[in-house]
Amino acid sequence: MTAAVLIEYIIKSGIILLGMTVGFAYVTYYERKALARIQSRIGPNRAGPWGILQPIADAVKLIFKEEFVPAKSDKLLFLLAPVITVIPALIITAVVPWGRSVTLFGHQIHLYLANVNVGILYLGAVASISVYGIVLAGWSSNNKYAMMGGLRSTAQMISYELALGLSFVSVTLLAGSMSLVDIVEAQGAHGFLGWIIWNLSQPLGFIIFLIAGMAETNRSPFDMPEAEQELTAGYHTEYSGMKFALFFMAEYIKIIAISMIASTLFLGGYLGPFVDKIPWLGPIYLFIKTLIMIFVFIWVRATFPRFRYDRLMAFGWKVLLPLAFLNMFIAGIITVLVGG
Amino acid sequence: MFIVELGRGLWTTLRMMFEKPVTVQYPEVKRPMHARFKGRHNLHRYENGLEKCIGCALCAAACPSDAIFVEAAENTDEVRYSLGERYASTYEINMLRCIFCGYCEDACPTEAIILGDNYELSFTDRRQAIYTKEMLIMPVPAGGRPTPQKVEPGKFDRSIPAMENPKD
Repeated sequence: MTAAVLIEYIIKSGIILLGMTVGFAYVTYYERKALARIQSRIGPNRAGPWGILQPIADAVKLIFKEEFVPAKSDKLLFLLAPVITVIPALIITAVVPWGRSVTLFGHQIHLYLANVNVGILYLGAVASISVYGIVLAGWSSNNKYAMMGGLRSTAQMISYELALGLSFVSVTLLAGSMSLVDIVEAQGAHGFLGWIIWNLSQPLGFIIFLIAGMAETNRSPFDMPEAEQELTAGYHTEYSGMKFALFFMAEYIKIIAISMIASTLFLGGYLGPFVDKIPWLGPIYLFIKTLIMIFVFIWVRATFPRFRYDRLMAFGWKVLLPLAFLNMFIAGIITVLVGG
Repeated sequence: MFIVELGRGLWTTLRMMFEKPVTVQYPEVKRPMHARFKGRHNLHRYENGLEKCIGCALCAAACPSDAIFVEAAENTDEVRYSLGERYASTYEINMLRCIFCGYCEDACPTEAIILGDNYELSFTDRRQAIYTKEMLIMPVPAGGRPTPQKVEPGKFDRSIPAMENPKD
Protein backbone atom coordinates (compact mmCIF):
# COMPACT_ATOMS: atom_id res chain seq x y z
CA MET A 1 0.00 0.00 0.00
CA THR A 2 1.62 3.20 -1.12
CA ALA A 3 1.32 6.57 0.57
CA ALA A 4 -0.93 7.85 -2.21
CA VAL A 5 -3.43 5.06 -1.63
CA LEU A 6 -3.33 5.69 2.11
CA ILE A 7 -4.01 9.39 1.58
CA GLU A 8 -6.81 8.51 -0.81
CA TYR A 9 -8.48 6.32 1.80
CA ILE A 10 -8.03 8.90 4.55
CA ILE A 11 -9.65 11.56 2.35
CA LYS A 12 -12.52 9.24 1.47
CA SER A 13 -13.10 8.41 5.14
CA GLY A 14 -12.99 12.10 5.98
CA ILE A 15 -15.58 12.80 3.31
CA ILE A 16 -17.88 10.13 4.75
CA LEU A 17 -17.51 11.31 8.35
CA LEU A 18 -17.82 14.99 7.49
CA GLY A 19 -20.60 14.39 4.99
CA MET A 20 -22.54 12.37 7.52
CA THR A 21 -22.24 14.97 10.30
CA VAL A 22 -23.11 17.90 8.03
CA GLY A 23 -25.78 15.72 6.46
CA PHE A 24 -27.22 15.08 9.92
CA ALA A 25 -27.51 18.80 10.59
CA TYR A 26 -29.25 19.43 7.31
CA VAL A 27 -31.53 16.40 7.53
CA THR A 28 -32.96 17.96 10.69
CA TYR A 29 -33.53 21.15 8.71
CA TYR A 30 -34.99 19.19 5.78
CA GLU A 31 -37.29 17.33 8.13
CA ARG A 32 -38.48 20.47 9.90
CA LYS A 33 -39.18 22.20 6.61
CA ALA A 34 -40.97 19.22 5.07
CA LEU A 35 -43.00 18.54 8.22
CA ALA A 36 -43.94 22.22 8.35
CA ARG A 37 -45.14 22.19 4.76
CA ILE A 38 -47.21 19.07 5.40
CA GLN A 39 -48.80 20.83 8.38
CA SER A 40 -49.46 24.06 6.40
CA ARG A 41 -46.67 25.88 8.20
CA ILE A 42 -43.48 27.52 6.93
CA GLY A 43 -40.87 26.00 9.21
CA PRO A 44 -37.60 27.57 10.33
CA ASN A 45 -37.01 30.77 8.37
CA ARG A 46 -35.35 33.19 10.78
CA ALA A 47 -31.70 32.11 11.02
CA GLY A 48 -30.15 33.12 7.72
CA PRO A 49 -31.93 33.13 4.35
CA TRP A 50 -34.78 30.55 4.43
CA GLY A 51 -33.48 29.52 7.84
CA ILE A 52 -30.53 27.59 6.43
CA LEU A 53 -28.37 28.50 9.43
CA GLN A 54 -30.90 26.95 11.83
CA PRO A 55 -28.95 23.67 12.29
CA ILE A 56 -25.83 25.65 13.19
CA ALA A 57 -27.79 27.69 15.73
CA ASP A 58 -29.16 24.44 17.19
CA ALA A 59 -25.67 22.97 17.38
CA VAL A 60 -24.30 26.03 19.18
CA LYS A 61 -27.19 25.88 21.62
CA LEU A 62 -26.62 22.19 22.37
CA ILE A 63 -22.88 22.68 22.88
CA PHE A 64 -23.49 25.32 25.53
CA LYS A 65 -26.15 23.32 27.37
CA GLU A 66 -25.37 21.89 30.78
CA GLU A 67 -24.02 18.33 30.75
CA PHE A 68 -25.96 16.59 33.46
CA VAL A 69 -25.07 13.16 34.83
CA PRO A 70 -27.61 11.64 37.23
CA ALA A 71 -26.20 10.91 40.68
CA LYS A 72 -26.94 7.17 40.89
CA SER A 73 -26.19 6.38 37.26
CA ASP A 74 -23.46 4.09 36.01
CA LYS A 75 -21.11 6.90 35.01
CA LEU A 76 -18.86 5.01 32.61
CA LEU A 77 -21.68 3.38 30.66
CA PHE A 78 -23.66 6.60 30.75
CA LEU A 79 -20.81 8.37 28.96
CA LEU A 80 -20.10 5.42 26.67
CA ALA A 81 -23.66 4.80 25.49
CA PRO A 82 -23.98 7.80 23.11
CA VAL A 83 -20.62 6.93 21.57
CA ILE A 84 -21.65 3.31 21.03
CA THR A 85 -24.80 4.55 19.36
CA VAL A 86 -23.24 7.11 17.07
CA ILE A 87 -20.14 5.28 15.80
CA PRO A 88 -21.94 2.44 13.96
CA ALA A 89 -24.18 5.06 12.37
CA LEU A 90 -21.10 6.93 11.15
CA ILE A 91 -19.32 3.90 9.71
CA ILE A 92 -22.26 2.02 8.24
CA THR A 93 -22.11 3.74 4.86
CA ALA A 94 -18.45 2.81 4.31
CA VAL A 95 -19.47 -0.03 1.98
CA VAL A 96 -22.03 1.97 0.00
CA PRO A 97 -20.59 2.90 -3.42
CA TRP A 98 -21.13 6.46 -4.66
CA GLY A 99 -20.04 5.90 -8.23
CA ARG A 100 -17.75 3.99 -10.56
CA SER A 101 -14.21 5.31 -10.82
CA VAL A 102 -12.72 8.63 -11.87
CA THR A 103 -9.22 9.69 -12.83
CA LEU A 104 -7.89 12.44 -10.60
CA PHE A 105 -4.24 13.70 -10.59
CA GLY A 106 -3.20 10.70 -12.70
CA HIS A 107 -4.69 8.20 -10.26
CA GLN A 108 -7.65 6.03 -10.92
CA ILE A 109 -9.88 6.53 -7.91
CA HIS A 110 -12.84 4.32 -7.09
CA LEU A 111 -15.77 6.28 -5.77
CA TYR A 112 -16.31 4.04 -2.78
CA LEU A 113 -14.42 3.56 0.45
CA ALA A 114 -14.50 -0.23 0.59
CA ASN A 115 -15.71 -2.89 -1.79
CA VAL A 116 -16.16 -5.61 0.80
CA ASN A 117 -17.26 -8.95 -0.63
CA VAL A 118 -19.58 -9.39 2.39
CA GLY A 119 -20.91 -5.83 2.25
CA ILE A 120 -24.49 -6.85 3.05
CA LEU A 121 -23.31 -8.78 6.09
CA TYR A 122 -21.36 -5.73 7.21
CA LEU A 123 -24.49 -3.59 6.94
CA GLY A 124 -26.54 -6.03 8.98
CA ALA A 125 -23.84 -6.38 11.62
CA VAL A 126 -23.07 -2.68 12.06
CA ALA A 127 -26.72 -1.67 12.04
CA SER A 128 -27.35 -4.00 14.98
CA ILE A 129 -24.53 -2.65 17.15
CA SER A 130 -26.14 0.70 17.81
CA VAL A 131 -29.01 -0.94 19.69
CA TYR A 132 -26.47 -1.77 22.40
CA GLY A 133 -25.90 1.94 22.90
CA ILE A 134 -29.62 2.49 23.32
CA VAL A 135 -30.03 -0.37 25.77
CA LEU A 136 -26.98 0.73 27.78
CA ALA A 137 -28.24 4.32 27.82
CA GLY A 138 -31.57 3.12 29.15
CA TRP A 139 -29.95 0.92 31.77
CA SER A 140 -27.19 3.24 32.96
CA SER A 141 -29.50 6.25 33.42
CA ASN A 142 -31.09 4.68 36.51
CA ASN A 143 -34.47 5.96 35.36
CA LYS A 144 -37.55 3.83 34.89
CA TYR A 145 -38.60 5.53 31.68
CA ALA A 146 -35.15 5.23 30.17
CA MET A 147 -35.06 1.58 31.19
CA MET A 148 -38.41 0.90 29.52
CA GLY A 149 -37.22 2.68 26.39
CA GLY A 150 -34.09 0.56 26.27
CA LEU A 151 -36.06 -2.64 26.79
CA ARG A 152 -38.49 -1.73 24.06
CA SER A 153 -35.70 -1.03 21.63
CA THR A 154 -34.29 -4.52 22.19
CA ALA A 155 -37.66 -6.16 21.66
CA GLN A 156 -38.23 -4.04 18.56
CA MET A 157 -34.83 -4.87 17.11
CA ILE A 158 -35.36 -8.62 17.54
CA SER A 159 -38.71 -8.39 15.78
CA TYR A 160 -37.48 -6.38 12.84
CA GLU A 161 -33.90 -7.38 12.24
CA LEU A 162 -34.96 -10.78 10.86
CA ALA A 163 -37.22 -9.24 8.24
CA LEU A 164 -34.51 -6.72 7.41
CA GLY A 165 -31.95 -9.50 7.01
CA LEU A 166 -34.30 -11.53 4.81
CA SER A 167 -34.91 -8.56 2.52
CA PHE A 168 -31.11 -8.35 2.19
CA VAL A 169 -31.03 -12.06 1.36
CA SER A 170 -33.44 -11.73 -1.54
CA VAL A 171 -31.35 -8.94 -3.03
CA THR A 172 -28.25 -11.06 -2.60
CA LEU A 173 -29.97 -13.95 -4.37
CA LEU A 174 -30.88 -11.79 -7.36
CA ALA A 175 -27.46 -10.20 -7.66
CA GLY A 176 -25.51 -13.35 -6.86
CA SER A 177 -23.14 -11.35 -4.69
CA MET A 178 -22.98 -9.72 -1.29
CA SER A 179 -20.83 -6.81 -2.45
CA LEU A 180 -22.83 -3.61 -2.81
CA VAL A 181 -20.85 -2.62 -5.92
CA ASP A 182 -21.81 -5.91 -7.57
CA ILE A 183 -25.44 -5.44 -6.53
CA VAL A 184 -25.59 -2.00 -8.15
CA GLU A 185 -23.90 -3.24 -11.27
CA ALA A 186 -26.28 -6.22 -11.42
CA GLN A 187 -29.20 -3.77 -11.49
CA GLY A 188 -27.71 -1.99 -14.47
CA ALA A 189 -26.41 -5.11 -16.24
CA HIS A 190 -29.28 -5.35 -18.72
CA GLY A 191 -29.87 -1.66 -19.28
CA PHE A 192 -32.92 0.30 -18.20
CA LEU A 193 -35.26 -2.63 -18.89
CA GLY A 194 -33.21 -4.87 -16.65
CA TRP A 195 -33.45 -2.30 -13.89
CA ILE A 196 -37.24 -2.17 -14.24
CA ILE A 197 -37.46 -5.96 -14.06
CA TRP A 198 -35.24 -5.89 -10.98
CA ASN A 199 -37.60 -3.51 -9.28
CA LEU A 200 -40.76 -5.29 -10.41
CA SER A 201 -39.41 -8.45 -8.88
CA GLN A 202 -38.69 -6.71 -5.60
CA PRO A 203 -41.56 -4.37 -4.63
CA LEU A 204 -42.30 -6.50 -1.59
CA GLY A 205 -38.64 -6.59 -0.62
CA PHE A 206 -38.43 -2.82 -0.94
CA ILE A 207 -41.46 -2.25 1.28
CA ILE A 208 -40.22 -4.75 3.85
CA PHE A 209 -36.84 -3.05 3.83
CA LEU A 210 -38.44 0.37 4.28
CA ILE A 211 -40.63 -0.73 7.18
CA ALA A 212 -37.78 -2.60 8.86
CA GLY A 213 -35.48 0.35 8.21
CA MET A 214 -37.91 2.69 9.91
CA ALA A 215 -38.03 0.35 12.89
CA GLU A 216 -34.24 0.12 12.81
CA THR A 217 -33.83 3.90 12.97
CA ASN A 218 -36.51 4.21 15.69
CA ARG A 219 -38.51 6.50 13.47
CA SER A 220 -42.18 7.20 13.82
CA PRO A 221 -44.43 5.14 13.50
CA PHE A 222 -41.98 2.76 15.20
CA ASP A 223 -40.46 5.21 17.70
CA MET A 224 -41.31 2.95 20.61
CA PRO A 225 -38.05 3.48 22.55
CA GLU A 226 -38.66 7.21 22.75
CA ALA A 227 -42.46 7.33 22.86
CA GLU A 228 -42.93 10.79 24.35
CA GLN A 229 -46.46 10.29 25.61
CA GLU A 230 -45.64 7.17 27.59
CA LEU A 231 -41.92 7.36 28.39
CA THR A 232 -41.17 11.12 28.47
CA ALA A 233 -38.21 10.74 26.11
CA GLY A 234 -37.45 7.05 26.48
CA TYR A 235 -33.84 5.97 26.59
CA HIS A 236 -32.42 9.53 26.37
CA THR A 237 -34.58 11.00 29.14
CA GLU A 238 -31.56 11.71 31.35
CA TYR A 239 -29.29 12.97 28.60
CA SER A 240 -28.62 16.63 27.86
CA GLY A 241 -26.28 18.82 25.88
CA MET A 242 -23.91 17.18 23.42
CA LYS A 243 -24.57 13.69 24.78
CA PHE A 244 -28.20 14.10 23.80
CA ALA A 245 -27.07 15.56 20.47
CA LEU A 246 -25.09 12.38 19.81
CA PHE A 247 -28.23 10.24 20.14
CA PHE A 248 -30.04 12.65 17.89
CA MET A 249 -27.15 12.51 15.47
CA ALA A 250 -27.17 8.69 15.46
CA GLU A 251 -30.87 8.65 14.65
CA TYR A 252 -30.59 11.08 11.77
CA ILE A 253 -27.39 9.62 10.36
CA LYS A 254 -29.08 6.25 10.39
CA ILE A 255 -31.91 7.77 8.36
CA ILE A 256 -29.37 8.93 5.80
CA ALA A 257 -27.65 5.55 5.87
CA ILE A 258 -30.87 3.55 5.48
CA SER A 259 -31.94 5.88 2.65
CA MET A 260 -28.58 5.40 0.92
CA ILE A 261 -28.78 1.63 1.37
CA ALA A 262 -32.36 1.56 0.08
CA SER A 263 -31.32 3.55 -2.98
CA THR A 264 -28.37 1.24 -3.52
CA LEU A 265 -30.19 -2.06 -3.11
CA PHE A 266 -33.48 -1.25 -4.77
CA LEU A 267 -33.29 2.00 -6.74
CA GLY A 268 -30.10 1.43 -8.69
CA GLY A 269 -27.71 3.37 -6.45
CA TYR A 270 -25.44 5.59 -8.49
CA LEU A 271 -26.84 4.36 -11.81
CA GLY A 272 -28.69 6.79 -14.04
CA PRO A 273 -28.65 8.20 -17.56
CA PHE A 274 -25.16 9.02 -18.94
CA VAL A 275 -23.38 7.68 -15.87
CA ASP A 276 -21.19 5.56 -18.20
CA LYS A 277 -19.77 8.64 -19.90
CA ILE A 278 -19.52 11.04 -16.96
CA PRO A 279 -18.68 9.11 -13.79
CA TRP A 280 -19.13 12.21 -11.64
CA LEU A 281 -22.89 11.93 -12.24
CA GLY A 282 -22.92 8.81 -10.03
CA PRO A 283 -22.71 10.59 -6.66
CA ILE A 284 -25.28 13.12 -7.86
CA TYR A 285 -27.78 10.40 -8.77
CA LEU A 286 -27.16 8.69 -5.45
CA PHE A 287 -27.67 12.02 -3.66
CA ILE A 288 -30.97 12.68 -5.42
CA LYS A 289 -32.23 9.16 -4.73
CA THR A 290 -31.19 9.47 -1.09
CA LEU A 291 -33.02 12.79 -0.76
CA ILE A 292 -36.18 11.19 -2.14
CA MET A 293 -35.85 8.29 0.28
CA ILE A 294 -35.33 10.67 3.22
CA PHE A 295 -38.47 12.47 2.13
CA VAL A 296 -40.36 9.17 2.30
CA PHE A 297 -39.15 8.78 5.89
CA ILE A 298 -40.36 12.26 6.80
CA TRP A 299 -43.61 11.78 4.92
CA VAL A 300 -44.39 8.56 6.76
CA ARG A 301 -43.55 10.25 10.06
CA ALA A 302 -45.97 13.06 9.27
CA THR A 303 -48.76 10.64 8.35
CA PHE A 304 -48.95 7.67 10.70
CA PRO A 305 -49.42 7.57 14.46
CA ARG A 306 -47.24 5.36 16.63
CA PHE A 307 -47.94 1.63 16.72
CA ARG A 308 -49.03 0.12 19.97
CA TYR A 309 -46.17 -1.82 21.57
CA ASP A 310 -47.70 -5.31 21.35
CA ARG A 311 -49.07 -4.72 17.85
CA LEU A 312 -45.65 -3.67 16.70
CA MET A 313 -44.22 -6.98 17.86
CA ALA A 314 -47.14 -8.89 16.36
CA PHE A 315 -46.70 -7.04 13.08
CA GLY A 316 -43.00 -7.83 12.99
CA TRP A 317 -43.35 -11.53 13.73
CA LYS A 318 -46.70 -12.43 12.19
CA VAL A 319 -46.82 -10.21 9.09
CA LEU A 320 -43.41 -8.92 8.15
CA LEU A 321 -41.43 -12.11 8.72
CA PRO A 322 -43.73 -14.40 6.65
CA LEU A 323 -43.83 -11.75 3.93
CA ALA A 324 -40.05 -11.59 3.94
CA PHE A 325 -39.90 -15.38 3.56
CA LEU A 326 -42.38 -15.16 0.70
CA ASN A 327 -40.28 -12.49 -0.92
CA MET A 328 -37.17 -14.61 -0.58
CA PHE A 329 -39.06 -17.48 -2.18
CA ILE A 330 -40.07 -15.24 -5.12
CA ALA A 331 -36.51 -14.05 -5.50
CA GLY A 332 -35.32 -17.66 -5.49
CA ILE A 333 -37.81 -18.62 -8.22
CA ILE A 334 -36.76 -15.65 -10.34
CA THR A 335 -33.12 -16.56 -9.88
CA VAL A 336 -33.80 -20.13 -10.99
CA LEU A 337 -35.90 -19.05 -13.98
CA VAL A 338 -33.58 -16.28 -15.20
CA GLY A 339 -30.52 -18.20 -14.29
CA GLY A 340 -28.98 -15.75 -11.84
CA MET B 1 -58.01 -2.76 2.60
CA PHE B 2 -55.59 -1.73 5.29
CA ILE B 3 -53.06 -0.91 2.55
CA VAL B 4 -55.62 1.31 0.77
CA GLU B 5 -56.26 3.25 3.96
CA LEU B 6 -52.53 3.74 4.48
CA GLY B 7 -52.27 5.04 0.92
CA ARG B 8 -55.14 7.45 1.50
CA GLY B 9 -53.42 8.78 4.58
CA LEU B 10 -50.17 9.30 2.69
CA TRP B 11 -52.02 11.01 -0.14
CA THR B 12 -53.70 13.41 2.30
CA THR B 13 -50.42 14.52 3.82
CA LEU B 14 -48.76 14.83 0.41
CA ARG B 15 -51.63 16.97 -0.86
CA MET B 16 -51.32 19.28 2.13
CA MET B 17 -47.75 20.07 1.10
CA PHE B 18 -49.04 22.07 -1.83
CA GLU B 19 -51.47 24.19 0.14
CA LYS B 20 -50.64 27.71 1.16
CA PRO B 21 -49.11 27.91 4.66
CA VAL B 22 -51.35 29.54 7.23
CA THR B 23 -48.42 30.98 9.17
CA VAL B 24 -48.54 34.71 9.97
CA GLN B 25 -45.02 36.17 10.14
CA TYR B 26 -45.82 37.65 13.52
CA PRO B 27 -43.51 40.55 14.35
CA GLU B 28 -43.70 41.84 10.77
CA VAL B 29 -47.33 40.95 10.05
CA LYS B 30 -50.02 41.29 12.71
CA ARG B 31 -53.51 39.94 12.50
CA PRO B 32 -56.29 42.50 13.03
CA MET B 33 -57.86 42.40 16.48
CA HIS B 34 -61.52 41.79 17.18
CA ALA B 35 -63.55 44.85 18.23
CA ARG B 36 -64.11 43.49 21.75
CA PHE B 37 -60.62 42.08 22.28
CA LYS B 38 -59.47 42.60 25.86
CA GLY B 39 -55.88 43.70 25.84
CA ARG B 40 -53.97 46.29 27.82
CA HIS B 41 -56.11 48.94 29.57
CA ASN B 42 -56.33 52.51 28.32
CA LEU B 43 -57.34 55.48 30.48
CA HIS B 44 -59.44 57.70 28.21
CA ARG B 45 -59.83 61.48 28.05
CA TYR B 46 -62.65 63.82 27.03
CA GLU B 47 -62.30 65.81 23.82
CA ASN B 48 -61.08 68.87 25.74
CA GLY B 49 -58.24 66.83 27.20
CA LEU B 50 -59.59 66.32 30.73
CA GLU B 51 -59.28 62.81 32.11
CA LYS B 52 -62.39 60.68 32.39
CA CYS B 53 -61.09 58.95 35.51
CA ILE B 54 -62.43 60.49 38.72
CA GLY B 55 -60.38 58.38 41.10
CA CYS B 56 -63.38 56.54 42.60
CA ALA B 57 -61.44 53.22 42.76
CA LEU B 58 -64.52 51.18 41.81
CA CYS B 59 -62.30 49.41 39.31
CA ALA B 60 -59.93 48.43 42.12
CA ALA B 61 -62.93 47.19 44.13
CA ALA B 62 -64.24 45.17 41.19
CA CYS B 63 -60.89 43.69 40.28
CA PRO B 64 -60.96 39.95 41.15
CA SER B 65 -57.18 39.64 41.18
CA ASP B 66 -56.51 42.86 43.05
CA ALA B 67 -54.31 44.18 40.28
CA ILE B 68 -55.39 47.83 40.36
CA PHE B 69 -54.22 50.44 42.83
CA VAL B 70 -55.84 53.91 42.78
CA GLU B 71 -55.08 56.92 44.95
CA ALA B 72 -57.30 59.96 44.50
CA ALA B 73 -56.61 63.65 45.06
CA GLU B 74 -58.79 66.80 44.99
CA ASN B 75 -59.25 68.83 41.82
CA THR B 76 -59.20 72.63 42.04
CA ASP B 77 -60.02 75.15 39.32
CA GLU B 78 -56.34 76.11 39.22
CA VAL B 79 -55.11 72.52 38.88
CA ARG B 80 -57.82 70.48 37.22
CA TYR B 81 -57.30 66.93 35.88
CA SER B 82 -60.81 65.54 35.59
CA LEU B 83 -64.43 66.66 35.42
CA GLY B 84 -65.40 65.60 38.92
CA GLU B 85 -64.43 66.55 42.42
CA ARG B 86 -61.42 64.24 42.49
CA TYR B 87 -58.95 62.64 40.11
CA ALA B 88 -56.57 59.69 40.20
CA SER B 89 -53.22 61.01 41.38
CA THR B 90 -51.83 57.45 41.28
CA TYR B 91 -53.18 54.78 39.00
CA GLU B 92 -51.25 51.51 38.77
CA ILE B 93 -52.11 48.15 37.23
CA ASN B 94 -49.93 45.16 37.96
CA MET B 95 -49.94 43.29 34.66
CA LEU B 96 -48.62 40.13 36.32
CA ARG B 97 -51.81 39.97 38.36
CA CYS B 98 -54.28 41.19 35.76
CA ILE B 99 -56.35 38.43 34.18
CA PHE B 100 -57.90 40.70 31.53
CA CYS B 101 -61.45 39.91 32.64
CA GLY B 102 -62.72 43.42 31.93
CA TYR B 103 -64.59 43.84 35.26
CA CYS B 104 -62.82 47.17 35.76
CA GLU B 105 -64.32 48.34 32.50
CA ASP B 106 -67.79 47.27 33.66
CA ALA B 107 -67.38 48.91 37.05
CA CYS B 108 -66.16 52.27 35.77
CA PRO B 109 -68.94 54.92 36.14
CA THR B 110 -67.35 57.31 33.63
CA GLU B 111 -66.12 54.79 31.00
CA ALA B 112 -62.61 55.96 31.74
CA ILE B 113 -60.91 52.58 31.73
CA ILE B 114 -61.35 50.48 28.59
CA LEU B 115 -59.39 47.41 27.64
CA GLY B 116 -57.61 48.13 24.38
CA ASP B 117 -56.08 45.91 21.74
CA ASN B 118 -52.45 45.89 22.86
CA TYR B 119 -51.45 42.32 23.71
CA GLU B 120 -47.67 42.75 23.47
CA LEU B 121 -46.99 43.01 27.18
CA SER B 122 -43.61 41.66 28.10
CA PHE B 123 -41.17 42.59 30.82
CA THR B 124 -37.84 41.40 32.04
CA ASP B 125 -38.34 42.54 35.63
CA ARG B 126 -41.20 42.34 38.10
CA ARG B 127 -41.12 46.09 38.65
CA GLN B 128 -41.66 46.64 34.92
CA ALA B 129 -44.95 44.76 35.19
CA ILE B 130 -46.53 47.66 37.10
CA TYR B 131 -48.04 50.00 34.54
CA THR B 132 -48.41 53.54 35.86
CA LYS B 133 -50.93 56.21 34.94
CA GLU B 134 -48.47 57.82 32.52
CA MET B 135 -48.20 54.53 30.60
CA LEU B 136 -51.93 53.81 30.57
CA ILE B 137 -53.40 57.23 29.77
CA MET B 138 -54.33 58.09 26.18
CA PRO B 139 -52.63 61.04 24.46
CA VAL B 140 -54.41 64.38 24.48
CA PRO B 141 -56.85 64.49 21.52
CA ALA B 142 -56.51 67.18 18.87
CA GLY B 143 -58.08 70.41 20.06
CA GLY B 144 -57.71 69.48 23.73
CA ARG B 145 -55.25 70.77 26.31
CA PRO B 146 -53.00 68.60 28.45
CA THR B 147 -53.79 68.10 32.14
CA PRO B 148 -53.53 69.74 34.62
CA GLN B 149 -55.65 72.49 33.12
CA LYS B 150 -56.40 75.92 34.56
CA VAL B 151 -60.15 76.47 34.14
CA GLU B 152 -62.49 79.36 34.88
CA PRO B 153 -64.11 79.03 38.31
CA GLY B 154 -67.63 77.66 38.59
CA LYS B 155 -67.66 75.81 35.26
CA PHE B 156 -67.13 72.35 36.80
CA ASP B 157 -69.33 72.09 39.89
CA ARG B 158 -70.43 68.49 39.90
CA SER B 159 -68.81 65.99 42.24
CA ILE B 160 -69.09 63.37 39.51
CA PRO B 161 -69.61 64.08 35.80
CA ALA B 162 -73.00 63.72 34.10
CA MET B 163 -73.71 60.09 33.25
CA GLU B 164 -74.79 58.65 29.97
CA ASN B 165 -76.14 55.23 29.18
CA PRO B 166 -73.32 53.04 27.91
CA LYS B 167 -72.80 53.06 24.16
CA ASP B 168 -71.09 50.40 22.20
